[in-house]
Amino acid sequence: MDNVLEVRGASKNFGSFTALNNVSITVPKGSIYGLLGPNGAGKTTLIRIINQITLPDSGSVILDGEPLQASHIKDIGYLPEERGLYKSMKVGEQALYLAQLKGLPKTVAKERLKYWFERLEIGDWWHKKIQELSKGMAQKIQFVVTVLHEPKLLIFDEPFSGFDPINANLIKDEILRLRDNGATVIFSTHRMESVEELCDDIALIHKSNKILDGKIRDVKRAYKSNTFEVGINSVNNSALEKELLDKFKTTPAHFKSLNNDLKLNIQLNENQKPNDLLSFLTSKGEVSHFVELIPSVNDIFIQTVTANNLQ
Amino acid sequence: MNHLPLIIKREYLSKVKNKSFIIMTILSPIIMIAFISVVAYLSQLNNDKIRTISILDESGKVASIFDNTENITYNKLGDMTLEDAKTLVTETSGYGLLYIQNNDTPKDISKAIKFYSEESPSLSTISKLERDLEKHLTLMNYRSSGIDIAQIEASKIRVDIFQENFVGETSSKTDNIIKLIFGGAAGYLLFMFIIIYGNMIMRSVIEEKTSRIIEVIISSVKPVQLMLGKIIGTSLAGLTQFAIWIILGSILITVVSAIFGIDMYEMQSPQQAALQQAMETPEINTKVQDIMQGFFNLPLTNLIIAFIFFFIGGYLLYSSLYAAIGAAVDNETDTQQFMFPIIIPLILAVYIGVFTVIEDPHGTISTIFSFIPLTSPVVMLMRIPFSVPIWQQVVSLALLIGTFVGTVWIAAKIYRVGILMYGKKPTYKELIKWIKY
Repeated sequence: MDNVLEVRGASKNFGSFTALNNVSITVPKGSIYGLLGPNGAGKTTLIRIINQITLPDSGSVILDGEPLQASHIKDIGYLPEERGLYKSMKVGEQALYLAQLKGLPKTVAKERLKYWFERLEIGDWWHKKIQELSKGMAQKIQFVVTVLHEPKLLIFDEPFSGFDPINANLIKDEILRLRDNGATVIFSTHRMESVEELCDDIALIHKSNKILDGKIRDVKRAYKSNTFEVGINSVNNSALEKELLDKFKTTPAHFKSLNNDLKLNIQLNENQKPNDLLSFLTSKGEVSHFVELIPSVNDIFIQTVTANNLQ
Repeated sequence: MNHLPLIIKREYLSKVKNKSFIIMTILSPIIMIAFISVVAYLSQLNNDKIRTISILDESGKVASIFDNTENITYNKLGDMTLEDAKTLVTETSGYGLLYIQNNDTPKDISKAIKFYSEESPSLSTISKLERDLEKHLTLMNYRSSGIDIAQIEASKIRVDIFQENFVGETSSKTDNIIKLIFGGAAGYLLFMFIIIYGNMIMRSVIEEKTSRIIEVIISSVKPVQLMLGKIIGTSLAGLTQFAIWIILGSILITVVSAIFGIDMYEMQSPQQAALQQAMETPEINTKVQDIMQGFFNLPLTNLIIAFIFFFIGGYLLYSSLYAAIGAAVDNETDTQQFMFPIIIPLILAVYIGVFTVIEDPHGTISTIFSFIPLTSPVVMLMRIPFSVPIWQQVVSLALLIGTFVGTVWIAAKIYRVGILMYGKKPTYKELIKWIKY
């Protein structure tokens, strides 16, 4: 698969402060790429470099096979975390202005705006001023303005902040639809459940360095510990627990269950197969619960960042 | 992609369509004219009042010189005591009582003249009385000492120096005053323009920061472009406002003077008064001629060209600094500490223009400050009507443009970094660091 964006060894210093240290990322075409990291890690600096707002001290950015240049501005749509609109300007005028800044001719911009405004059911706002709208309403317009010029690459920094759950869902569906129509999305957020839900790839930036990246599935595979959550009911639960403790590495588990089960997390070593465990368990009693524990993005995030802080 | 025209258009329209801008544009001349009219009307009212001054002249030699004027009626009292006269004036509520004691010599008379009044009399009335008395008593003194007055009059000599430069252009005092007015107006106009519209630029930069739209914009355009667009757009709005003020102002003046019959030209600025004083030659024809002559004696072409260049150069220099300040702070209250170093050279320039250039347009101080870029636009504009050598103008302009380019470069750096900084007020040290990023 082609890559829409490649950042190669980007570094940026502000005086003695290093905002970004030799960071490389590769964003595959048509994917949703999660850019994660604690506050102040350097995500915004990286995004600003991609948007040509900040120039990197070293390193290069390749967009669609070409080194990043001024003409690429129209290929990128950027929804910054610190965002807003001119308060005293009318919605329609403002959207037209911002679209024209992205290189859209006025007539085309007008047509597309009408389409989007109808789609998001905000058509009657054209002549309203931003200061008359609620925050969520303004966010909708901001979203439309970001995607209006149909860029190849969309960068959303905390896109769901300021939206109620219904509108957040609406925007999420729009992002997915844009992806299906061929756009590539870079998605920066602290809301791990939406990363889990939307992203195909992730990169984790911490203290100016990239400490992890790859396909979510691969990352999870690398981080899973071969642990199974087990619920079982036998004649003598405490005897079974002892027996299991001899054979496997077990820790008590906590999950909700209707029965008075024996609940354990059982970690297998390289020689032990899940099937062996399962057949052992079924021979001992009634198995009510058997799930492999897959680490969530949230777990991976916390685990790697904490581990990194200790170093 | 060049978005400059688009940005200029938006900045211009957003300023011009702004309600407070429209209100200011329309109301300012109205308020100004109304204010002037009220002052003119009131002072006219004051002048129209006829004051009655009673004169008790015990010497009998002086009272005859006082003839009624437009504003003062003299009531010459006959034989009565001072006390009676005082009572009379109080009862008839006259303006005051001039009491002249009887003495032998004019000198002694002059030493014992008193003015009694209920309230303290106006300065102009007293000085008029003093002038008249002085004139009369001096004459009396001449006469009593046997000096021939006709001879004195005949031997008086008036001196009027004719001025001419080495090229052969003649000039007069009137010329100089016209030069002062032109230079002063040009310099002051620039000063006002910088203060008003520089602030407007600064506010509009701050507005983009506080509304958080800035990052959206600069992901589409270069910060320098945005900054220049703002400066140019706001300046055009400023020119529009100025033009409207001038047109509206002159219409209003005409209308108001027609309605109230107030002669606006009586309302004089100090320069105009000086101009009129200098022109107090008896012949009205020469007066008009002098003014016309003075006007055409001005280096007009030079003046206009220099005005355009120095005005633009000076304005852009300062407005880029204002833009940088706007970018560095989050709200208007934080701008104070950075405004100070900008305002100082501006005020200095106007002071030098008003005090030094008028006194000596080609003196050392005037010349030096007409080369220093931060003061040169104002000071040079004030000097040019007095014919500044072209090489000086060119050097000064070159320095100005050089500084302007440098300042825009620095301002753009501060702007570029500053617009993305939120939360804290930067120090000067930090600003210098930003320039190095």
